[in-house]
Amino acid sequence: MLGEFMQYLFSGLTSGAIYALVGLGFALIYNASHVINFAQGEFVMLGGMSTVFLSAAGVPLPVAVLLAVAATAVVGLALEKLAVEQTKNASVVTLIIITIGASIVIRGAAQVIFDKQFHTLPAFTGDAPINVLGATITPQTLWVLGVTVAIVLVLQWFFNRTLWGKAILATSVNPLAAKLVGINTNLVLLISFGLSAALGAIAGVLITPITSTNFEVGIMLGLKGFSAAILGGLGSPFGAVAGGLILGIVEAFGAGYISSEYKDAMAFVIILLALFFMPSGLFGKRGTDRV
Amino acid sequence: MLLEVTGLKSAYGRIEALHGIDIQVKEGELVALVGANGAGKTTFLRALSGVQPASAGTIRFDGVDIGRAKPEKRVEMGICQVPEGRQVFGPLAVEDNLRLGAFRRKGKDVEADLEKVYDTFPILKKKRNEAAGTLSGGQQQMLAMGRALMAHPRLLLLDEPSMGLAPLLVGEIFNIVQMLREQGTTILLVEQNAFSALAIADRGYVIETGSIVLTDTGEALLADDKVKAAYLGL
Repeated sequence: MLGEFMQYLFSGLTSGAIYALVGLGFALIYNASHVINFAQGEFVMLGGMSTVFLSAAGVPLPVAVLLAVAATAVVGLALEKLAVEQTKNASVVTLIIITIGASIVIRGAAQVIFDKQFHTLPAFTGDAPINVLGATITPQTLWVLGVTVAIVLVLQWFFNRTLWGKAILATSVNPLAAKLVGINTNLVLLISFGLSAALGAIAGVLITPITSTNFEVGIMLGLKGFSAAILGGLGSPFGAVAGGLILGIVEAFGAGYISSEYKDAMAFVIILLALFFMPSGLFGKRGTDRV
Repeated sequence: MLLEVTGLKSAYGRIEALHGIDIQVKEGELVALVGANGAGKTTFLRALSGVQPASAGTIRFDGVDIGRAKPEKRVEMGICQVPEGRQVFGPLAVEDNLRLGAFRRKGKDVEADLEKVYDTFPILKKKRNEAAGTLSGGQQQMLAMGRALMAHPRLLLLDEPSMGLAPLLVGEIFNIVQMLREQGTTILLVEQNAFSALAIADRGYVIETGSIVLTDTGEALLADDKVKAAYLGL
């Protein structure tokens, strides 16, 4: 019994950590611009697929991972620079539609540049199973959880301890005042896109050895990450992480104890419930402003 | 001449809000720009800071044409604004708000400047770790002013610093403005509260629906019958 429970819990935490990373990407861009970047899932796909193809081309795995994350970050920067920034004062809805367009373009390009097959990566540190309280987990699970914790800590430090982190927060709180103290808000948006793309790519690399990847995995992972961000409260990085973990765990228990048929539906039931009963999410700001 | 604005026009869409403003501010002066609600005062200051596009005219700062300079560049040159409605970064700590004021200065002597601002506004030191949004209106105004001072302004733009404050606090804010000016800061003060503003100003401009209609010394404007009738309710 306990073994089964722990097994589901670990499986939930693993996918939850991935949703959390994707959700964090949504939160960062939303904070800087109130745009929901629907190309976030494609960043996840690009991270995994680039690593697969670089490593197949003979690049050692750690180098391939670094290159893939860097390349994805460049795609994120290019998306901001070439599409979002060019529109100047377009409305948020226009920008959101642009990101949907970008996601289609990226997916199509991936289909041409890579291929349509499923690919996987070897686990980073072998496949020897580890026994924890009756559950069997792979070392890759520990990688996923460890890297996610590390990223959350680094982001926490960045936003709470560095001037640039605070400048990004300030821009999300009050863009006009941010400009008036001399913060280049375009640069903040650019950094947010680069950072979100890198986070997505890392998630994509981490999960590939467990679930494998192809050019279309970004759609589902993007939607799950979006659900995580909504559940946690859009714009709250902490909420995105909590939302991701909750989502992952609910999915895993639902699949284990109810039926695995409904695994993907769980996320969307949760997002609907959140929108009906708690539109600002678990940790989001209430929709009020003090004037 | 520190600031020389000629023929400045600005529009929201097709509606022109400024119809060619000429204003000059000399080094060390305290200049007041007074006018009714909607006259274009805030639009003018925003155009000076580069966050509202100008459609015509020139802005020269210390002899340099800055009409096309980005907002952050203008802050770097020393044009710092305390915006209308204070606009503090609510969820961030008071001290973080102040540090962000020095954002363009890349950390140079920031600690010493912090102490200076805390000397001017002791209440901010007491509340340094509290979220700026929890401060009272007057304290937020002080924070917004302190934040602008952290940037080492050569020209301080104050937009309605007395707005929404209790009379006692209004007096305090104007005392601080006067003190800053005595310390040598050049100030362009925009106010609906014409009496208080003109009383401490070297010179004043009266703006009406996007145009300057009168300019003189602060004293002369206070004595002007038209100004009295229109803005002082006398």
